Amino acid sequence: MENKSQENKYVDFVVEVRKYKTLLNKKFEERKPWVKPYEGDVVAHLPGTIVELDVTVGEYVEEGQLLLIHEAMKMHNRVVAPIKGQITAVNVNTGDRVPKDFLMVKIEPK
Amino acid sequence: MTDLSKNIQALREKKAVVEMGGGEAAIEKQIAMGKLTARDRILSLLDQDSFHEYDMFVKHDGRDFGMDKKDFPGDGVVTGTGTIFGAPVCIYAQDFTVAGGSLGLQHARKITKIMDHALKMKCPIIGINDSGGARIQEGVGALAGYGEIFYRNTIASGVIPQISLILGPCAGGAVYSPALTDFVFVVENISKMFITGPSVIKTVLGEDISMEDLGGARVHAEITGNAHFFAKSEQECFEQVKQLVSFIPWNNQQRAKSFESKEPATALNINNIVPADPKQPYDVRDIIKCLVDDSEFLEVQELWAANIVIGFGRMNGETIGFVANQPMVLAGVLDCDSADKASRFIRFCDSFNIPIVTLEDMPGYLPGIDQEHAGVIRHGAKVLYAYSEATVPKITVILRKAYGGGYIAMNSRHLGADFMFAWPSAEIAVMGPEGAANIIFRKEIMEAEDQEAMRQEKVKEYIEKFANPYVAASRGFVDSVIEPKETRAFILHALQLSTLKEEYRPAKKHGLPPF
Repeated sequence: MENKSQENKYVDFVVEVRKYKTLLNKKFEERKPWVKPYEGDVVAHLPGTIVELDVTVGEYVEEGQLLLIHEAMKMHNRVVAPIKGQITAVNVNTGDRVPKDFLMVKIEPK
Repeated sequence: MTDLSKNIQALREKKAVVEMGGGEAAIEKQIAMGKLTARDRILSLLDQDSFHEYDMFVKHDGRDFGMDKKDFPGDGVVTGTGTIFGAPVCIYAQDFTVAGGSLGLQHARKITKIMDHALKMKCPIIGINDSGGARIQEGVGALAGYGEIFYRNTIASGVIPQISLILGPCAGGAVYSPALTDFVFVVENISKMFITGPSVIKTVLGEDISMEDLGGARVHAEITGNAHFFAKSEQECFEQVKQLVSFIPWNNQQRAKSFESKEPATALNINNIVPADPKQPYDVRDIIKCLVDDSEFLEVQELWAANIVIGFGRMNGETIGFVANQPMVLAGVLDCDSADKASRFIRFCDSFNIPIVTLEDMPGYLPGIDQEHAGVIRHGAKVLYAYSEATVPKITVILRKAYGGGYIAMNSRHLGADFMFAWPSAEIAVMGPEGAANIIFRKEIMEAEDQEAMRQEKVKEYIEKFANPYVAASRGFVDSVIEPKETRAFILHALQLSTLKEEYRPAKKHGLPPF
């Protein structure tokens, strides 16, 4: 009985050229598709609080210039511009709490 | 009276044919890709005139698919011995100009022969990988070749240093030899490593990705952690390899070469680097520069898991392995990647008789669902295992924060540290003062009229009483509380004292680190 019910869950699975019948595991089913990260996106690597904001939309910044200070794990982390360019979005204000991976600032290379 | 000049001439002609590899057109193509030929790579890496080539005339033994009619000079790999700064090394370089550097059984046997030689002569083995993969026409013979290389990588692990350079494609089974070695070097736009390429991923999962985004040099240096050193050109890569070789011993029975002792060369003042406010970041590499001879520090895996810094420096001319939390990145927390990075490095140092200096300033393990589900328990445990297992001299300096599990993990007295020093700025406590005060004084805070004022008062009280090095010092967990400027002298004395350190573990086949 057990085997019969499992057989119904078998799916096609291609490795190289052949197709195999198989079950999938939970981690594989829940995997997220890969998205190429954009070099000018400044995301929060940890959940935390914005304690200082040093840039505004439209401003031009140099690579390495201080954008904001993000407090996380009891540390005032200096978040700097990954590239030279113009700020096209600032999605945070001083005092905001941000979750992990939150897009804080967007920079267009100019 | 026989004159050998004819025979000598014949030898020279035979060698010249092999030395041309895949021929002029193939060599031109290789150079157009920004790559050197296999022999030129070896010559660039070794001391001048030190290279001795072996097995130039080995022939492949493929018989099917018309392979018996084909000749592959050197069977697509150059092997031999030489020296780097006078230290003997065994070396091989796959030759992409010959049948795409593809690996058949005789190609593999040339590699395993030079590996066996390295293990017998107890000198480092350097492999330069540039190959399209298994020579499909040879079938299972090619697989046998890979397996015999992996087996030797494993047997030689911890006996002789093993170094891999990825200077071209390295795909499928081929990636596992570098993965088993101690240090992997990659070069931007040249190195490509993956198990399955973009086309297979597209077929199976429907996901689009370029070769560079999937397994380029930057990916392995920043995201996967498979690479230890990243360079922008082959020449820079060779310089990095030479520098590394100067820091490590020939084998596990020797110490690394001693150099003349030099004072640190940096203009930085060690008193002014760590901010008194535990919330302020700084670059822990500045502290290392204040401690090592000539301020020369060779950082390993600089771009991956940068919340922990590992690398080699010298003190009193002797090689030291440094492990340091980096408050400037992710607040210096331990997480899955930084735990993997530190523990493998600690085990390398322990295998090759290199004392370990740990610089500690960390708030704890990284909280988060992704970390828990990624197995931070299993990964974090590796750090405990590696420090506890190590029998080389182990010295810890607590610079600032040493909280909770992080305090235990970062080479604490309890895991067998030989010397524990702490700066007066150290905060050695079960957790950060805010968290601790909230738990211990919960009742007082809840019952207070102004809860926030009471919380602040209790946090202050906790900081004064417990967030310092003196509680740990009062138990003897810390040997000395020292001024920052005394640090180099204390470490030098500790190293001098532990020159003849001997420590044994119960006999066993091998331990079971939480891989």
